[in-house]
Amino acid sequence: MNKYTERLYNGIIKENPTFVLMLGMCPTLAVTSSAINGLGMGLSTTVVLVLSNLLISAFRKVIPNGVRMPAFIVIVASLVTIVEFMMKAYFQSLSAALGVYIPLIVVNCIILGRAESYASKNPVLPSIFDGIGMGLGFTVGLTCIGLVRELLGAGQIFGVQVLSLNWFTPITIFIMAPGAFLVLAFLVAGMNIIRKKMEEKGKPLAEPAGCLNGDCANCGQAAICADKKEA
Amino acid sequence: MKELLLIAVGSAIVNNVVLSQFLGICPFLGVSKKTETAAGMGGAVIFVITLSSFVTALIYKFILANEYLMSKGIDLTYLKTIVYILVIACLVQFVEMFLKKKMPPLYESLGVYLPLITTNCAVLGVALTNVTKEYGILESVVNGFATALGFFIAIVLMAGLREKIEYNDIPKPFQGTAIVLITAALMSIAFMGFSGMI
Repeated sequence: MNKYTERLYNGIIKENPTFVLMLGMCPTLAVTSSAINGLGMGLSTTVVLVLSNLLISAFRKVIPNGVRMPAFIVIVASLVTIVEFMMKAYFQSLSAALGVYIPLIVVNCIILGRAESYASKNPVLPSIFDGIGMGLGFTVGLTCIGLVRELLGAGQIFGVQVLSLNWFTPITIFIMAPGAFLVLAFLVAGMNIIRKKMEEKGKPLAEPAGCLNGDCANCGQAAICADKKEA
Repeated sequence: MKELLLIAVGSAIVNNVVLSQFLGICPFLGVSKKTETAAGMGGAVIFVITLSSFVTALIYKFILANEYLMSKGIDLTYLKTIVYILVIACLVQFVEMFLKKKMPPLYESLGVYLPLITTNCAVLGVALTNVTKEYGILESVVNGFATALGFFIAIVLMAGLREKIEYNDIPKPFQGTAIVLITAALMSIAFMGFSGMI
């Protein structure tokens, strides 16, 4: 496996941001009320992630270490603004459904986390593939959660009625706010079981990082955290 | 007055920032192990969001959507995401320095949580919502304060529940984050009961 396919495999399977690393929980909970919203959010995040990895990696030798966080934030925020306008122009209904969560891609831990831990240390091409891998991993995660919630909550898959309403009573709570927490709780529990099995096999999974562990090193706040520890 | 009250109740309870809008999930799950730390975090969030709502509302009104520039055909509002995130980051740093120097007791209780708030999506989320809903300066501040109060209520309630959960016999796979998320789901169902209020 060469370097590039390794990056893709790493992002989609080995360090999948949703299932394994558990990063970017705010959008994961908020926009997965249907599969199409999950897919849309995942793909817009992917676009931002690939471009931000590209730019940050290209400028990594120019950006002084002391101000790298603000510099990364400006780059990411500009890209997000561009994506927001593109969505408004070409995917109006999706843009309306995702609402404020599109500009909030700026504070998604995955993007600043990848900038900090990968793109700012590696050449351009591997960084792009890292962005594609992580972005697609996130997209797969959101779409899967969206599929489950949409199927249970409305009996639909991508807006197509698959469970006939003649015998299936939709469990509406799954497409509402509490359903997001419930589905994620069962996902975390399931991952705990898989994690234990893999450990017994001697192939431990990567540890969850960021939000759920209360660790901010992966939330793009490594610089701030390090300051705190020294102080 | 009635309008402001409606905004406040709506943001604090009916559309709770954590339990129905999913903003600020990271601190909600990460810093809710003890009631005191949760209250500290909640206090810091109230402080920062109220202040940042005020500052971003000022910037929006007098710089980005400046009447003079608008009349000349220059519309800067598209810069809001970039400007807001930078302003919030600077504001948090500034508040931290100010408190450390001038109000040591307050810094003792809130200071540790301030850096954690910089990339808290709730802060940026409130600032952007204020623009989308076309709130003026006073309305923005009220909305910011109420949203943060909603966060405070949610995180303190959650911490109280988590202190009790500690003593329960929970199935192994659900220990840790999973049971917290189930608790959050139940709280969220409870908060849905308020939706008829407005």
